[in-house]
Amino acid sequence: MKIAVASGKGGTGKTFVATNLFNVLSGRGERVTLVDCDADAPDDLLFFPAEKISETEVTHQVPVINKDACTWCGRCSNWCNYNAIFYVPTAKVIEVIENLCHGCGACSFACNSDAITEKPVVLGTVTSFRTDRGYPLVEARLRVNEMSPVRVIKAAIKEAGEDGVVILDSPPGTSCPFIQTVDRADYVLLVTEPTPFGLSDLRQSVETLRTMNKQCGVIINRADIGDSGVKNYLREEQIPLLGVINYGTDIARSYSEGRLITEESEIMTGFFAGIADKIISEHGTGSN
Amino acid sequence: MKVAITSTGQSLDSNLDQRFGRCAFFVIYDTETGGVEILPNPNKDAEEGAGPASVQMVASKDVKKIISGEFGVKIKSLLDSLKIQMVVYKEPEKTVKSVIDMLNK
Ligand code: SF4
Ligand code: SF4
Repeated sequence: MKIAVASGKGGTGKTFVATNLFNVLSGRGERVTLVDCDADAPDDLLFFPAEKISETEVTHQVPVINKDACTWCGRCSNWCNYNAIFYVPTAKVIEVIENLCHGCGACSFACNSDAITEKPVVLGTVTSFRTDRGYPLVEARLRVNEMSPVRVIKAAIKEAGEDGVVILDSPPGTSCPFIQTVDRADYVLLVTEPTPFGLSDLRQSVETLRTMNKQCGVIINRADIGDSGVKNYLREEQIPLLGVINYGTDIARSYSEGRLITEESEIMTGFFAGIADKIISEHGTGSN
Repeated sequence: MKVAITSTGQSLDSNLDQRFGRCAFFVIYDTETGGVEILPNPNKDAEEGAGPASVQMVASKDVKKIISGEFGVKIKSLLDSLKIQMVVYKEPEKTVKSVIDMLNK
Protein backbone atom coordinates (compact mmCIF):
# COMPACT_ATOMS: atom_id res chain seq x y z
CA MET A 1 0.00 0.00 0.00
CA LYS A 2 1.02 3.61 -0.51
CA ILE A 3 0.91 6.13 2.32
CA ALA A 4 1.37 9.80 1.44
CA VAL A 5 2.70 12.07 4.17
CA ALA A 6 1.63 15.64 3.44
CA SER A 7 1.10 19.07 4.90
CA GLY A 8 -0.44 22.33 3.74
CA LYS A 9 2.87 24.13 3.89
CA GLY A 10 6.52 23.26 4.29
CA GLY A 11 8.27 23.09 7.65
CA THR A 12 5.48 21.49 9.68
CA GLY A 13 7.29 18.22 10.18
CA LYS A 14 6.21 16.25 7.12
CA THR A 15 9.73 15.07 6.35
CA PHE A 16 10.25 14.31 10.04
CA VAL A 17 7.22 12.01 10.03
CA ALA A 18 7.98 10.37 6.66
CA THR A 19 11.62 9.58 7.45
CA ASN A 20 10.85 8.24 10.91
CA LEU A 21 7.97 6.06 9.69
CA PHE A 22 10.29 4.61 7.07
CA ASN A 23 12.99 4.06 9.64
CA VAL A 24 10.68 2.28 12.06
CA LEU A 25 9.26 -0.05 9.40
CA SER A 26 12.66 -0.85 7.94
CA GLY A 27 14.02 -1.37 11.45
CA ARG A 28 11.40 -4.09 11.89
CA GLY A 29 12.44 -5.75 8.67
CA GLU A 30 9.27 -4.94 6.74
CA ARG A 31 9.27 -4.36 3.03
CA VAL A 32 9.15 -0.59 2.76
CA THR A 33 10.23 2.08 0.29
CA LEU A 34 10.53 5.82 0.84
CA VAL A 35 9.88 8.16 -2.09
CA ASP A 36 10.86 11.79 -1.71
CA CYS A 37 8.27 13.52 -3.91
CA ASP A 38 9.11 17.03 -2.73
CA ALA A 39 11.00 17.53 -5.98
CA ASP A 40 11.64 21.26 -5.49
CA ALA A 41 13.68 20.59 -2.38
CA PRO A 42 14.18 16.88 -1.68
CA ASP A 43 15.89 16.24 1.65
CA ASP A 44 14.94 12.78 2.91
CA LEU A 45 18.33 11.48 1.87
CA LEU A 46 20.01 13.64 4.51
CA PHE A 47 18.75 11.26 7.17
CA PHE A 48 20.05 7.99 5.74
CA PRO A 49 23.50 6.83 4.78
CA ALA A 50 22.73 5.50 1.30
CA GLU A 51 24.36 4.23 -1.84
CA LYS A 52 23.25 5.37 -5.28
CA ILE A 53 21.93 2.54 -7.46
CA SER A 54 20.67 4.25 -10.58
CA GLU A 55 19.68 7.59 -12.00
CA THR A 56 17.31 8.42 -14.85
CA GLU A 57 16.55 11.73 -16.48
CA VAL A 58 12.94 12.75 -16.95
CA THR A 59 12.31 14.78 -20.08
CA HIS A 60 9.40 16.41 -21.83
CA GLN A 61 8.93 17.77 -25.34
CA VAL A 62 9.02 21.52 -25.79
CA PRO A 63 8.22 23.34 -29.02
CA VAL A 64 10.80 24.81 -31.37
CA ILE A 65 9.42 27.48 -33.65
CA ASN A 66 10.70 27.99 -37.15
CA LYS A 67 10.14 31.69 -37.72
CA ASP A 68 10.55 31.38 -41.48
CA ALA A 69 7.56 29.06 -41.73
CA CYS A 70 5.46 31.01 -39.25
CA THR A 71 2.49 32.86 -40.75
CA TRP A 72 1.87 34.92 -37.59
CA CYS A 73 -1.58 33.54 -36.96
CA GLY A 74 -1.14 33.48 -33.17
CA ARG A 75 -2.92 30.16 -32.67
CA CYS A 76 -0.07 28.55 -30.75
CA SER A 77 0.06 31.39 -28.24
CA ASN A 78 -3.72 31.34 -27.81
CA TRP A 79 -3.79 27.61 -27.24
CA CYS A 80 -1.05 27.65 -24.66
CA ASN A 81 -2.54 27.62 -21.16
CA TYR A 82 0.74 28.43 -19.50
CA ASN A 83 1.79 31.69 -21.13
CA ALA A 84 4.80 29.84 -22.53
CA ILE A 85 4.69 31.26 -26.05
CA PHE A 86 5.66 34.89 -26.15
CA TYR A 87 4.07 36.32 -29.23
CA VAL A 88 4.22 39.92 -30.46
CA PRO A 89 3.43 39.83 -34.18
CA THR A 90 3.86 43.58 -34.71
CA ALA A 91 7.50 43.29 -33.69
CA LYS A 92 7.88 39.90 -35.42
CA VAL A 93 8.81 38.30 -32.13
CA ILE A 94 7.76 34.75 -31.27
CA GLU A 95 9.61 32.88 -28.59
CA VAL A 96 9.13 29.78 -26.45
CA ILE A 97 9.75 30.41 -22.76
CA GLU A 98 10.99 26.94 -21.99
CA ASN A 99 10.72 26.97 -18.23
CA LEU A 100 7.04 27.91 -18.41
CA CYS A 101 6.29 25.14 -20.92
CA HIS A 102 4.44 22.08 -19.59
CA GLY A 103 5.13 19.99 -22.66
CA CYS A 104 1.43 19.52 -23.37
CA GLY A 105 1.81 19.58 -27.16
CA ALA A 106 -1.15 21.91 -27.71
CA CYS A 107 0.86 24.46 -29.68
CA SER A 108 2.21 22.03 -32.25
CA PHE A 109 -1.28 20.67 -32.66
CA ALA A 110 -2.62 24.20 -33.14
CA CYS A 111 -0.10 25.25 -35.77
CA ASN A 112 -1.40 24.76 -39.30
CA SER A 113 1.79 25.94 -40.97
CA ASP A 114 4.25 23.23 -39.90
CA ALA A 115 6.24 25.89 -38.11
CA ILE A 116 6.55 23.95 -34.85
CA THR A 117 8.73 20.94 -34.14
CA GLU A 118 9.61 19.56 -30.71
CA LYS A 119 12.76 18.80 -28.81
CA PRO A 120 13.32 16.99 -25.52
CA VAL A 121 14.25 19.03 -22.44
CA VAL A 122 15.39 17.49 -19.18
CA LEU A 123 13.01 18.36 -16.32
CA GLY A 124 14.70 16.53 -13.53
CA THR A 125 16.02 13.24 -12.30
CA VAL A 126 14.77 10.17 -10.49
CA THR A 127 17.49 8.58 -8.42
CA SER A 128 17.31 5.25 -6.63
CA PHE A 129 19.33 4.70 -3.49
CA ARG A 130 19.76 1.83 -1.09
CA THR A 131 20.07 2.76 2.58
CA ASP A 132 22.71 1.15 4.77
CA ARG A 133 20.03 -1.22 6.01
CA GLY A 134 19.33 -2.25 2.44
CA TYR A 135 16.04 -0.42 1.90
CA PRO A 136 15.09 1.47 -1.25
CA LEU A 137 14.81 5.25 -1.20
CA VAL A 138 13.77 7.00 -4.41
CA GLU A 139 14.32 10.70 -4.89
CA ALA A 140 12.52 13.00 -7.34
CA ARG A 141 14.57 16.10 -8.05
CA LEU A 142 13.48 18.94 -10.29
CA ARG A 143 16.10 20.79 -12.31
CA VAL A 144 16.83 24.32 -11.13
CA ASN A 145 14.61 26.81 -13.00
CA GLU A 146 12.09 24.20 -14.11
CA MET A 147 8.59 24.91 -12.89
CA SER A 148 6.57 21.73 -13.21
CA PRO A 149 7.65 18.79 -11.07
CA VAL A 150 4.65 16.58 -11.84
CA ARG A 151 6.30 14.38 -14.45
CA VAL A 152 9.36 13.85 -12.26
CA ILE A 153 7.19 12.93 -9.27
CA LYS A 154 5.14 10.46 -11.31
CA ALA A 155 8.30 8.82 -12.61
CA ALA A 156 9.69 8.48 -9.08
CA ILE A 157 6.52 6.87 -7.75
CA LYS A 158 6.54 4.46 -10.67
CA GLU A 159 10.18 3.62 -10.01
CA ALA A 160 9.30 2.73 -6.40
CA GLY A 161 6.97 -0.03 -7.58
CA GLU A 162 4.16 -1.65 -5.64
CA ASP A 163 6.05 -3.83 -3.23
CA GLY A 164 5.15 -3.66 0.47
CA VAL A 165 4.56 -0.25 2.01
CA VAL A 166 5.55 2.76 -0.07
CA ILE A 167 5.81 6.05 1.82
CA LEU A 168 5.42 9.17 -0.30
CA ASP A 169 6.89 12.32 1.23
CA SER A 170 4.58 14.71 -0.63
CA PRO A 171 5.19 18.22 -1.94
CA PRO A 172 3.75 20.98 0.28
CA GLY A 173 0.64 22.92 -0.68
CA THR A 174 -2.52 21.71 -2.40
CA SER A 175 -1.70 22.42 -6.03
CA CYS A 176 -0.88 20.07 -8.91
CA PRO A 177 2.25 18.40 -7.47
CA PHE A 178 0.42 17.58 -4.22
CA ILE A 179 -2.64 16.27 -6.05
CA GLN A 180 -0.62 14.09 -8.39
CA THR A 181 1.24 12.59 -5.43
CA VAL A 182 -1.71 11.85 -3.15
CA ASP A 183 -3.71 10.61 -6.11
CA ARG A 184 -1.50 7.54 -6.08
CA ALA A 185 -1.80 6.95 -2.35
CA ASP A 186 -4.18 4.60 -0.52
CA TYR A 187 -4.00 6.75 2.58
CA VAL A 188 -2.91 10.29 3.35
CA LEU A 189 -1.28 11.22 6.61
CA LEU A 190 -1.52 14.97 7.17
CA VAL A 191 0.93 16.70 9.47
CA THR A 192 -0.14 20.02 10.95
CA GLU A 193 0.60 22.50 13.70
CA PRO A 194 -2.08 23.52 16.21
CA THR A 195 -2.15 27.18 15.17
CA PRO A 196 -4.68 29.22 13.17
CA PHE A 197 -2.34 29.04 10.16
CA GLY A 198 -1.95 25.31 10.57
CA LEU A 199 -5.72 24.96 10.76
CA SER A 200 -6.37 26.97 7.63
CA ASP A 201 -3.79 24.92 5.67
CA LEU A 202 -5.22 21.71 7.09
CA ARG A 203 -8.72 22.68 6.08
CA GLN A 204 -7.59 23.25 2.51
CA SER A 205 -5.80 19.91 2.37
CA VAL A 206 -8.79 18.07 3.82
CA GLU A 207 -11.18 19.71 1.37
CA THR A 208 -8.94 18.81 -1.56
CA LEU A 209 -8.62 15.22 -0.36
CA ARG A 210 -12.39 14.93 0.08
CA THR A 211 -13.00 15.89 -3.53
CA MET A 212 -10.59 13.09 -4.40
CA ASN A 213 -12.27 10.57 -2.08
CA LYS A 214 -9.06 9.95 -0.17
CA GLN A 215 -8.91 8.53 3.35
CA CYS A 216 -6.85 10.66 5.68
CA GLY A 217 -5.72 11.02 9.27
CA VAL A 218 -3.83 13.74 11.10
CA ILE A 219 -0.72 14.07 13.25
CA ILE A 220 -0.41 17.27 15.26
CA ASN A 221 3.18 18.35 15.51
CA ARG A 222 4.53 20.92 18.01
CA ALA A 223 1.50 20.21 20.15
CA ASP A 224 3.07 22.21 22.97
CA ILE A 225 2.36 25.49 21.14
CA GLY A 226 -0.85 26.95 19.73
CA ASP A 227 -4.47 26.40 20.63
CA SER A 228 -7.23 23.79 20.45
CA GLY A 229 -8.60 24.92 17.07
CA VAL A 230 -7.18 21.99 15.12
CA LYS A 231 -8.48 19.43 17.61
CA ASN A 232 -11.96 20.95 17.58
CA TYR A 233 -11.96 20.93 13.81
CA LEU A 234 -10.95 17.26 13.65
CA ARG A 235 -13.69 16.34 16.10
CA GLU A 236 -16.35 18.26 14.16
CA GLU A 237 -15.28 16.80 10.85
CA GLN A 238 -14.74 13.31 12.30
CA ILE A 239 -11.21 13.06 11.01
CA PRO A 240 -9.04 10.61 12.97
CA LEU A 241 -6.29 12.16 15.08
CA LEU A 242 -3.53 9.57 14.86
CA GLY A 243 -1.03 11.15 17.17
CA VAL A 244 0.35 14.21 18.85
CA ILE A 245 4.02 15.14 18.97
CA ASN A 246 5.50 17.47 21.52
CA TYR A 247 8.37 18.74 19.49
CA GLY A 248 10.78 19.21 22.38
CA THR A 249 14.38 20.33 22.23
CA ASP A 250 15.73 16.79 21.93
CA ILE A 251 13.65 16.13 18.82
CA ALA A 252 14.48 19.49 17.32
CA ARG A 253 18.18 18.99 17.90
CA SER A 254 18.38 15.50 16.47
CA TYR A 255 16.33 16.57 13.44
CA SER A 256 18.42 19.65 12.74
CA GLU A 257 21.56 17.53 12.95
CA GLY A 258 20.18 15.09 10.37
CA ARG A 259 19.50 12.26 12.80
CA LEU A 260 16.35 10.21 13.32
CA ILE A 261 14.55 10.41 16.63
CA THR A 262 13.47 6.79 16.20
CA GLU A 263 17.15 5.84 16.49
CA GLU A 264 17.41 7.68 19.78
CA SER A 265 14.14 7.40 21.63
CA GLU A 266 12.20 4.22 22.33
CA ILE A 267 9.10 6.23 23.08
CA MET A 268 9.16 7.83 19.64
CA THR A 269 9.89 4.49 17.98
CA GLY A 270 6.79 3.09 19.67
CA PHE A 271 4.81 6.15 18.65
CA PHE A 272 5.61 5.83 14.94
CA ALA A 273 5.24 2.04 14.99
CA GLY A 274 1.77 2.47 16.48
CA ILE A 275 0.75 4.90 13.74
CA ALA A 276 2.11 2.67 10.97
CA ASP A 277 0.33 -0.38 12.39
CA LYS A 278 -2.95 1.46 12.68
CA ILE A 279 -2.85 2.71 9.10
CA ILE A 280 -1.73 -0.59 7.64
CA SER A 281 -4.23 -2.71 9.57
CA GLU A 282 -7.14 -0.43 8.75
CA HIS A 283 -6.37 0.57 5.20
CA GLY A 284 -4.08 -1.94 3.56
CA THR A 285 -2.52 -5.35 3.76
CA GLY A 286 1.05 -4.14 3.73
CA SER A 287 1.72 -6.04 0.56
CA ASN A 288 -0.89 -4.63 -1.77
CA MET B 1 5.24 57.69 -27.72
CA LYS B 2 3.09 55.39 -25.61
CA VAL B 3 4.08 54.64 -22.04
CA ALA B 4 2.58 51.93 -19.82
CA ILE B 5 2.33 52.67 -16.11
CA THR B 6 1.29 49.95 -13.68
CA SER B 7 -1.57 51.10 -11.48
CA THR B 8 -3.27 49.75 -8.37
CA GLY B 9 -6.65 51.12 -9.44
CA GLN B 10 -8.77 52.35 -12.28
CA SER B 11 -8.09 56.07 -12.01
CA LEU B 12 -5.15 58.40 -12.40
CA ASP B 13 -5.31 59.08 -8.67
CA SER B 14 -4.51 55.44 -7.96
CA ASN B 15 -1.04 54.59 -6.80
CA LEU B 16 1.71 53.15 -8.93
CA ASP B 17 1.47 49.35 -8.66
CA GLN B 18 4.83 47.94 -7.61
CA ARG B 19 4.46 44.62 -9.42
CA PHE B 20 4.72 44.62 -13.17
CA GLY B 21 3.32 41.23 -14.25
CA ARG B 22 0.67 41.08 -11.54
CA CYS B 23 -0.37 44.71 -11.37
CA ALA B 24 -4.09 45.47 -11.17
CA PHE B 25 -4.29 47.85 -14.15
CA PHE B 26 -2.15 49.24 -16.92
CA VAL B 27 -2.48 52.92 -17.68
CA ILE B 28 -1.32 53.57 -21.23
CA TYR B 29 -0.41 57.18 -21.71
CA ASP B 30 0.35 58.76 -25.05
CA THR B 31 2.91 61.54 -24.61
CA GLU B 32 2.05 63.11 -27.96
CA THR B 33 -1.74 63.29 -27.72
CA GLY B 34 -2.11 63.19 -23.94
CA GLY B 35 -4.58 60.31 -24.42
CA VAL B 36 -5.06 57.80 -21.64
CA GLU B 37 -6.29 54.23 -21.84
CA ILE B 38 -6.83 52.12 -18.71
CA LEU B 39 -6.77 48.36 -19.10
CA PRO B 40 -7.38 45.72 -16.42
CA ASN B 41 -4.54 43.19 -16.32
CA PRO B 42 -5.97 39.80 -17.30
CA ASN B 43 -2.77 38.08 -16.06
CA LYS B 44 -3.01 39.41 -12.53
CA ASP B 45 -3.87 36.01 -11.07
CA ALA B 46 -2.11 33.78 -13.60
CA GLU B 47 -0.43 30.89 -11.85
CA GLU B 48 2.68 31.15 -13.98
CA GLY B 49 4.02 33.40 -16.67
CA ALA B 50 2.20 36.58 -15.67
CA GLY B 51 5.26 38.66 -16.60
CA PRO B 52 5.74 37.51 -20.19
CA ALA B 53 1.99 37.56 -20.84
CA SER B 54 1.79 41.13 -19.58
CA VAL B 55 4.71 42.18 -21.78
CA GLN B 56 2.91 40.59 -24.72
CA MET B 57 -0.24 42.53 -23.96
CA VAL B 58 1.47 45.87 -23.43
CA ALA B 59 3.61 45.37 -26.54
CA SER B 60 0.49 44.80 -28.63
CA LYS B 61 -0.52 48.38 -27.70
CA ASP B 62 2.70 49.63 -29.25
CA VAL B 63 4.11 50.83 -25.96
CA LYS B 64 7.76 51.90 -25.99
CA LYS B 65 8.34 52.43 -22.29
CA ILE B 66 7.06 50.73 -19.13
CA ILE B 67 7.16 52.25 -15.66
CA SER B 68 6.71 49.97 -12.65
CA GLY B 69 8.15 49.21 -9.22
CA GLU B 70 9.80 45.95 -10.15
CA PHE B 71 10.22 43.56 -13.04
CA GLY B 72 10.80 39.82 -12.90
CA VAL B 73 14.13 38.45 -14.11
CA LYS B 74 12.59 36.89 -17.19
CA ILE B 75 11.21 40.18 -18.37
CA LYS B 76 14.32 42.11 -19.24
CA SER B 77 15.44 40.07 -22.22
CA LEU B 78 11.92 40.03 -23.63
CA LEU B 79 11.68 43.80 -23.39
CA ASP B 80 15.11 44.15 -24.96
CA SER B 81 14.06 42.05 -27.92
CA LEU B 82 11.08 44.34 -28.40
CA LYS B 83 13.13 47.48 -27.82
CA ILE B 84 10.86 48.55 -25.00
CA GLN B 85 12.48 50.59 -22.27
CA MET B 86 11.95 49.48 -18.71
CA VAL B 87 11.90 52.10 -15.96
CA VAL B 88 12.12 50.90 -12.38
CA TYR B 89 10.41 53.41 -10.11
CA LYS B 90 10.13 52.16 -6.53
CA GLU B 91 7.67 54.75 -5.21
CA PRO B 92 4.55 52.97 -3.98
CA GLU B 93 3.16 56.23 -2.56
CA LYS B 94 3.23 58.05 -5.90
CA THR B 95 0.05 58.36 -7.94
CA VAL B 96 -0.14 57.52 -11.62
CA LYS B 97 -0.93 61.16 -12.26
CA SER B 98 2.31 62.33 -10.68
CA VAL B 99 4.23 59.85 -12.84
CA ILE B 100 2.53 61.27 -15.92
CA ASP B 101 3.43 64.78 -14.79
CA MET B 102 7.04 63.70 -14.56
CA LEU B 103 6.90 62.43 -18.14
CA ASN B 104 5.69 65.82 -19.29
CA LYS B 105 8.41 67.82 -17.64
S1 SF4 C 1 3.80 22.47 -25.32
FE1 SF4 C 1 1.96 23.21 -24.25
S2 SF4 C 1 2.78 24.38 -22.55
FE2 SF4 C 1 4.46 24.12 -23.99
S3 SF4 C 1 4.41 25.95 -25.22
FE3 SF4 C 1 3.20 24.40 -26.30
S4 SF4 C 1 1.11 24.77 -25.62
FE4 SF4 C 1 2.43 25.85 -24.20
S1 SF4 D 1 0.57 28.62 -34.78
FE1 SF4 D 1 2.32 28.31 -36.16
S2 SF4 D 1 2.04 29.83 -37.76
FE2 SF4 D 1 0.69 30.43 -36.08
S3 SF4 D 1 1.90 31.87 -34.89
FE3 SF4 D 1 2.24 29.86 -34.00
S4 SF4 D 1 4.07 29.08 -35.03
FE4 SF4 D 1 3.34 30.79 -36.24
